[in-house]
Amino acid sequence: VRNLLLVLAVVVLYVLHQDIWFWRSSRLVFGFIPIGLFYQGLFSVAAALLMWLLVTYAWPSHLEEEVEEPNTREDAAR
Amino acid sequence: LIPAIVVFLYLATVLYIGIFAFRRAKGKEEAEDYFLASRSLGPFVFLFSLFGTNMTAFAILGSSGHAFNNGIVTFGLMASSSGLVIPLTIFLIGTRVWALGKKHGFMTPVQMFRDRWECSHIGTLIFVVQAVLLVPYIIIGIMGGGTTLYTISGGLVPYWFGGAIVAMVVMSYVFFGGMRGTAWVNTFQTVLFLCFGALALIVIGVGMGGFSSAAQALQNSPMASLLTRERISPYYFFSYTFIPLSAIAFPHILIFCLTARKMAQFKKTVIFYPLCILAIWLPCVFLGVMANRVDMPEIRAKQEARRVLATQGRNMDPEHRDELREKSAGDDVIMLLLQHYAPLWLAGLLGAGIMAAVMASDSQILALSTMFTEDVFAFYGGKRRFGEAVQVQTGRLFIVLITIFAYMVALRAPETIFELAIQYAFSGYAALSPLLVAALFWRGSTKWGALAVTLWTVLTVVAVAVLQAIVPAPAPGPSTILWAPGGMEVLSRTPGGTAVFGFMPVVPMVIGSTLLMIVVSMMTRKPATSTLTKYF
Repeated sequence: VRNLLLVLAVVVLYVLHQDIWFWRSSRLVFGFIPIGLFYQGLFSVAAALLMWLLVTYAWPSHLEEEVEEPNTREDAAR
Repeated sequence: LIPAIVVFLYLATVLYIGIFAFRRAKGKEEAEDYFLASRSLGPFVFLFSLFGTNMTAFAILGSSGHAFNNGIVTFGLMASSSGLVIPLTIFLIGTRVWALGKKHGFMTPVQMFRDRWECSHIGTLIFVVQAVLLVPYIIIGIMGGGTTLYTISGGLVPYWFGGAIVAMVVMSYVFFGGMRGTAWVNTFQTVLFLCFGALALIVIGVGMGGFSSAAQALQNSPMASLLTRERISPYYFFSYTFIPLSAIAFPHILIFCLTARKMAQFKKTVIFYPLCILAIWLPCVFLGVMANRVDMPEIRAKQEARRVLATQGRNMDPEHRDELREKSAGDDVIMLLLQHYAPLWLAGLLGAGIMAAVMASDSQILALSTMFTEDVFAFYGGKRRFGEAVQVQTGRLFIVLITIFAYMVALRAPETIFELAIQYAFSGYAALSPLLVAALFWRGSTKWGALAVTLWTVLTVVAVAVLQAIVPAPAPGPSTILWAPGGMEVLSRTPGGTAVFGFMPVVPMVIGSTLLMIVVSMMTRKPATSTLTKYF
C-alpha cells in the first residue's frame, strides 16, 4: 500500500506540473513574481519533498545488501 | 578588461584543481582509477559534481535567453520538469546501475547492455549512436565559452579565441586529472554557480531599484504575455516533460553514477536535486524576463528584431528570417545585465560563475573517452594485447582528438546554443532511455529489442534533422502544415522546430522506442537463465 501511495504521489505531482489554470494569468505575487513562475517554484519544492519521501520509505536497500554481501565474503576469505 | 582578467584567474584555478589538487601519488595507471576515480567519491563531491555535470551553458545562458524571448514558461518547461524527472530516474535507475557496476565491474552503459543481452556488435552500434549524440553537448560548452569570453571582455577576446581557451582548459584537466580531477572541478564550479544565481539577482535587483516597478511596467506593456505562458502551447509544454528522460541515458551521467563510494550517497543527490535546479534556474529565468524592461541599446536591438520577425516575418525569405532570429537571440542578456548593473570586479566574478556553467563539457569528453577505451579498445582486444597503461593513454589521446573536433564544429555551427542541444542530443537520448528501463526492470527484453530501439532513435533523429534542414522555420505565429490527411494535422514545421500531432518529436520518439522494445523483444529469444539471474 505504501509503494502504491508513493506511485500515486509521483503521478499526481506530474499532473500538477501541467498547470493550465495559470496559463494566461499575469498576476504578480508579492508585487513582482509572476504567478506562473511562483507556482512552478513551489512545484520544485514539492518535488524535493516527494524525493525525500521516496528515499525514506522506498529506498532499495536490497541492492546495497547484495553488493556488500560478496565484499564481506571476500574480506572473510582474506 | 577587469572582468576578463577575473575570468582568466578563475580558469587558472580550475586548471590547478583539475590537474594538481586532487592527484594521487604517481604509480601504475589503472583504468578504473583514471576513468571512475576508483568508485570512491564521497557524498558532497558526488552531489555537486553530478549536478554540475548536468548543468551546461544551457542552464544560465540558454535559460535566460529563452526566457527573454518566451517569458516565464522557460522555468516550467525545462527546470521544474527536470526537478521531478531527473532525480526520479537517478533514484530508480542510477542506484541499480551503481549496484551492478560494483558487482560486475561495469564502467560504461554499453558494457552492461552487452552482458545483459548477450550481444557484442549491437553494443558497438549503441556506443556509436551514444557518441554521435554526445558530441553536440560538447560543442555547446565550447560555443558558450566563446560567447561568454567575447561578451565579458567587451569584444576584446574574439569568439574563436575564447572557445579555444575554454577547450584547452577543459581538455587539460580532463587529460591529466581523469574522473577525480573532473569531479572536483565540477564541485567547485557548482558551488560557484549556485552562488551566482542569488548574487546576480541581488546585484541586478538593486541596480534596477527593485523588481516591483519593472514587473508592473512589464505587466502593463504590450509585452505582458512574457509574464504568462501564452507564447507556448500546452501540448508543447507537456512534450517537454519527456526531455529530462534523456539525463539518465546520457553516458556521462550514468558513468558518473558508478563513481559513488556507497549507494547511500544517492540519497542527498536525489533530495537536493530539485532545490539546486530551483536555485539556479529561477533567478536566471526571472532576470531573462526582466531584461525586457532594461533600456540598453543591445536589448532594444534584440526586441526590435523580435518585433520585425513577428510582424513581417511571414513575408520574408528564410535567410532574412534566420538573420533576425539570430539578432533577437537572448543568450547574452544576463551578461549584458551584469555589465550594466554590477561593478566591474563583481561582473568578473559573476562572469566566472557563468563560465562554471559553460564549462560542463568536461564530463562528456571524459565519458566519450571512457566509452571508447572500454567499449571499443578494450572490447576488441586492445587491453589484453597492450595492457591497462596503454588503455589509459589511448583514452587521453581520444580526449585531445574529440576536443579538437568539437572546437572545429563550434566555429562553424550557426545554430543557437539552445536549439542545437534540444533538437539532437536531448531528444535522441530520451528515445534511448527505454533501453535502460528494459535492461533493469524487464526480464523479457532482448538484444533485438535493443537494436530496434537504437535504429529507431537514429532514424527519427536523422528524419527530424533532415526535415528541419529542408523546410525552413516559419515566422512566429501559426506553423507550416506539412502533412494533414483528412484535415488532421499530423506533421508541421513550427518556428522552434517540428511538431507531430502538436507535440514535440521527442514524444513519438520515446513512445516508438518503448513499443519497439516490447514488440520486438516478445518476438525474439531471451538471454540465458544464467545471465538473467545476475540481474533479477
